[in-house]
Amino acid sequence: MKNERIQLAHGSGGKLSQELVAKVMVPAFDNEVLNELHDGAKVTIQGARLAFTTDSYVVKPLFFAGGDIGKLAVCGTVNDLSMTGAIPSYISAGFIIEEGFPFADLSRIVESMRVAAEEAGVLIVTGDTKVVGKGAVDGIYINTAGIGSVIEGTDISPSKVRPEQDIILSGCVGDHSIAVMAGRHDLSLPQTITSDCAPLNGLVKEILAAVPQVAVLRDPTRGGLAATLNEIAMQAGVGIIVEETAIPIRPEVVAVCEIMGFDPLYLANEGKMLIFVESQFSAEVLAIMKAHKYGRAAQVIGKVTASPAGQVGVRSLIGGVRLLDMPVGEQLPRIC
Amino acid sequence: MPNNQGDEIRQAAAVLVKEIDRLVKQPVRIMEVCGTHTVAIFRAGIRQLLPSQVELVSGPGCPVCVTPNDYLDTAIAYSRCDDVIITTFGDMLRVPGSSSSLRAEKAVGADVRIVYSPLESLDIAASNPGKKIIFLAIGFEATAPTAAATVLTAEKLGLDNFYVLSAHKLVPPALRALMADRKVKVDGFLLPGHVSAIIGEQPYHFLEREYHVPAIIAGFEPLDILQSVYMLVKQIHTGTAVVENQYSRVVKPGGNQVARQVLAQVYEEADATWRGIGVMQGSGLRVNSKYRRFDVRVRLPVQVENTCEDAACRCGEVLRGLVKPADCLLFGKTCVPEHPVGSCMVSVEGTCAAWYKYGAWRWQK
Amino acid sequence: MCLAIPAKLIGKIDRLATVEVGGITRKVSLMLLPDAQVGDFVLVHAGFAIQTVEEEEAKRTMELLKELTELA
Repeated sequence: MKNERIQLAHGSGGKLSQELVAKVMVPAFDNEVLNELHDGAKVTIQGARLAFTTDSYVVKPLFFAGGDIGKLAVCGTVNDLSMTGAIPSYISAGFIIEEGFPFADLSRIVESMRVAAEEAGVLIVTGDTKVVGKGAVDGIYINTAGIGSVIEGTDISPSKVRPEQDIILSGCVGDHSIAVMAGRHDLSLPQTITSDCAPLNGLVKEILAAVPQVAVLRDPTRGGLAATLNEIAMQAGVGIIVEETAIPIRPEVVAVCEIMGFDPLYLANEGKMLIFVESQFSAEVLAIMKAHKYGRAAQVIGKVTASPAGQVGVRSLIGGVRLLDMPVGEQLPRIC
Repeated sequence: MPNNQGDEIRQAAAVLVKEIDRLVKQPVRIMEVCGTHTVAIFRAGIRQLLPSQVELVSGPGCPVCVTPNDYLDTAIAYSRCDDVIITTFGDMLRVPGSSSSLRAEKAVGADVRIVYSPLESLDIAASNPGKKIIFLAIGFEATAPTAAATVLTAEKLGLDNFYVLSAHKLVPPALRALMADRKVKVDGFLLPGHVSAIIGEQPYHFLEREYHVPAIIAGFEPLDILQSVYMLVKQIHTGTAVVENQYSRVVKPGGNQVARQVLAQVYEEADATWRGIGVMQGSGLRVNSKYRRFDVRVRLPVQVENTCEDAACRCGEVLRGLVKPADCLLFGKTCVPEHPVGSCMVSVEGTCAAWYKYGAWRWQK
Repeated sequence: MCLAIPAKLIGKIDRLATVEVGGITRKVSLMLLPDAQVGDFVLVHAGFAIQTVEEEEAKRTMELLKELTELA
């Protein structure tokens, strides 16, 4: 298409997002750290191994069952740091606020950032506020960046992924996406469905203290389980096979997916993680997770295979295998 | 799902596969006409479970895939008018027209809104009296009555700013055209369950009478599909060719008469162009004279760019089961889900998209 | 071609019904299925109930499959 323009799908975490980053960002900023394309970068400053990350939050609606944009902005950055195997320490917060935005809403958002930061044990140490004219943004956008130190003795990297490793998922998929989308599609949800938005650094710290051999940690946010598993399969040059029946998912989430024509494996999560680890450590990791409030429903959902490299397969209830592809764009309600 | 039920399903599936294997003596080609079947077959990995002599091919059963380019170009032309709001099922957003798509138009300011039900268009019409609301009415016999009911509701509510851009298609005339095409080789059909919920069993009987082809009205669970394939190979094995209804929990022999009446109030049969295939006689619907004021093409004619289709695209042959997606030179190269060339790559249900997405060519045994 | 799901009809006022699927409730039109009653399972497509789902028939399908399993 001539005169191509940015479309919403370019921000959905799927193939078009990847393409945008690969075509526009990577060639311009090209360096070794960036080229790993992890959600958080590992850098060394005067001998200290640090993790560094940033993310922007533009969620609609601003307040949803189980959280709001403020909680998301703190937890998201805490989790991005945690997934590099780091202990998050300091966070920055940048606010872009639309003229006319209610003070009360801003206070509510800031308060939930305070509560989330307290739970995660991080300090919000710097920030910025900008106010723009009516219509220039939709309510409020928040950017957070974070920094932390990499836990000693760990080396979290796709290059550590090997065939026969187990893949562990910390809990039910799709809750966040469904909680946020309910409002948009006029669905009345039972109170059991709330966003899973949560800081995972506590759980990560416990796991890595007991099993520093963990190969990869990754949180399946935008693009869901499908996008994250594909990223790891491609970066590690391995195959992945997951069992459909082993993936924990609430019946209410299944129902919404059936109504709207969504695939739950493509739905965003904000408080879940995937762990790749040698199977001899699986029981220990699972025990730690199940004892933690953010990992009660943890399950081994699949295995790493030697081939086909870069691809993810799902074994169905009746035993057939299908390819789980990288998502293309945003999920749209469909009738066919 | 409780584990014991899962075990039961797995066990039943294994038995059906074994029975199919036992009954199949020569290669059989089974065409699923419905895109929802195509996806269900891929999602459950059914192709790999079946013996290699059973070949499943996809037919022209994805409404997005059979919608011709000039329809999209018309929708895009309307979306460029200042006072128009387009309402559409999510499926249509990514379909490319000759030089643009609704998604691309939305990015430069067109007001295109996704609806789950056509009725949502009427709320939008009521709250935007200064705008013209155009619903992209696509789909087969299961979906067309919902558009007809929406037109009737608009009339009752006295909404004069609601229109449809209609491109509905009918399944039985398409099956007839397929059977009349000598290049098409099909030993049995999996018939679309939800279309049949409306039209019933009767419209398919010409398949047994005139063409001696077995056909099963099939449900969409993995076991429904396996059972239907089993029923087909059993018929082929015994040399019978009748229409059977596997999906009797939903499909009544007479279909849904009320829905057909609603449809007949607003629409009449017409020739229709199927993408890549061409015009098929009596295979579509158009708004009848009584409700013509809701037909946007009649009420608000618009200038449409010259339609062109990529000459290398083989969607038409794919839709008739003549070639596999991988036989097309564009497949997986210039034509991929994020940049579709042909319509079969666009819809989740499109044959090419399903082959690409679920990787028939990568995970196949 | 037509994504449709079975849902339980839990409320009905004129031609507007409330249906429930896995704890999720939703409004659907009964214009195409006016005789559907509270307690029925209906098939929902594009915001409309388009047919009733017969539980007895569903059970019969499962029983047929069971018989086949036992025969094997």
